[in-house]
Amino acid sequence: MSWAMSGSELADAIREIDSEAVTGHSDDAVWITPASWPDVAESLRDSESLSFEMLSLVTTVDYIDHFEVVYHLLSLSKNRTGVVKMRCGEGRIDPAVPTAINVWRGADLQEREAYDLMGVHFDGHPNMKRLMLWEGFEGHPLRKDYLR
Amino acid sequence: MTLKSEPVIVNVGPQHPSTHGVMRLRVAFDGELVTDAEMIIGYLHRGSEKLAEERTFTQVVTLTDRMDYVASMTNNQAYILAVEKLAGIEPTPRGVWLRMISAELQRIASHLIAIGFLMQDLGAMGTPLMYTMREREDILDLFELLCGARITNSYHRPSGVFQDAPADFWPRLEAFLAEMPGRIDEYEQLISGNEIILSRMRGVGIISPDEMINASITGPMLRAGGVDWDLRHRQPYEYYDRVEFDRPIMDESDNYSRYLVRVYEMRESLKIVRQCIDQIEPGPARDPDVPFVIRPPKGDAYVPIEGPKGELGFYLVSDGGISPYRCKVRPPSLINLTLLREMLIGLPMAAMIVTFGTVDINMGEVDR
Repeated sequence: MSWAMSGSELADAIREIDSEAVTGHSDDAVWITPASWPDVAESLRDSESLSFEMLSLVTTVDYIDHFEVVYHLLSLSKNRTGVVKMRCGEGRIDPAVPTAINVWRGADLQEREAYDLMGVHFDGHPNMKRLMLWEGFEGHPLRKDYLR
Repeated sequence: MTLKSEPVIVNVGPQHPSTHGVMRLRVAFDGELVTDAEMIIGYLHRGSEKLAEERTFTQVVTLTDRMDYVASMTNNQAYILAVEKLAGIEPTPRGVWLRMISAELQRIASHLIAIGFLMQDLGAMGTPLMYTMREREDILDLFELLCGARITNSYHRPSGVFQDAPADFWPRLEAFLAEMPGRIDEYEQLISGNEIILSRMRGVGIISPDEMINASITGPMLRAGGVDWDLRHRQPYEYYDRVEFDRPIMDESDNYSRYLVRVYEMRESLKIVRQCIDQIEPGPARDPDVPFVIRPPKGDAYVPIEGPKGELGFYLVSDGGISPYRCKVRPPSLINLTLLREMLIGLPMAAMIVTFGTVDINMGEVDR
């Protein structure tokens, strides 16, 4: 699909914003360091050549040895999509990434849902509380350590 | 002299007809006006994404029916497109046309629900809702011919659809296409020019397009704000590049334009169904070589489609096994609620209900 930005193209664009942000890329996605995310996100939205005005989707995946956060970005004016992934440190204790809500308001409910169901904390989110489940629920049901 | 009154907290829902399901709004009122609103959701949370991890890729189709349960066909379609991309399955042409026909009929059915219940929220008790439900009934009858089910269709399959349409489906579909434009005219006569409707919906619930884009709001809401964004047109999937249709765009971004965009979109969907019937060719409705249990290679896939309520998509991760390692939905109903608080503040109670109605959410999809 011509509108999907390739991983290497997006990686080059992000390297121009922050030379140390990119940790790797695949055919259709780029991995960056969580620490660089707030600046990179703002530049991705505001840069004239990229202009990712919309945050399409926030996903978290439990890979057992680490958690991964996936942001699907969309540029309406350029009709392009891009995928940015972040590895939330090593292990399963307190996974966290910086929030994108200051750049894209659309991250609000999606990040709350990700925190609720997967237990990934989005640092700087002004209202980081459970969305679907009730306060006091123990654990995060989408994690793989929930037994069948 | 103005009197300052104590704010009153009112719980709207979860069991309230205007909340379209089990949605709860905790609203603070100063007199008649909303000063704060908080939504509390999760009453219908069934853990669909977790359940999907326990089922084979084909079985998950039944779960997607139960997300947005007034638009099962488009949910099926979004999910199947992601599976096909993940597993590299090529659908049969007849299967794709049948998927498009069923998805466009479903879009009409979903918009009928949106309009009918919006009128109910406006206090037009009964008549408009019964009219729209009557037409939706015709569509559900067509679905029953296609797959035996009316609501939870599970009609789409990797590589096509579950079965070809029976011979008596086509004359029934033709009859529906012949009748429906007149029915839409009827709604327009009944509703669109109605003075009460106009005075209550025009200029109410306005939200700027830039804010909507920043808040990831998509679908008819965004198009009612003057943004020409329809994935069927901009990023065509299936055979949407082979059909011609207009994209209704309104500039006012108020409740009335959100209603009108849906009415016009129903007409465009009828056009698309017409062109699908003209272009469909004989052949298998699905590829018999695609097994029931598929094992896509390791990787991930996300395919967004233009659902009746906005951008709908499934992000699937495969570890090479028979079931998705991770199945994440992009729910337009939930994300379109992002700016609900901003939309409601300053409105009186009655306008709040209408504004909430024009967002057109489905709680099955909000909570999943």
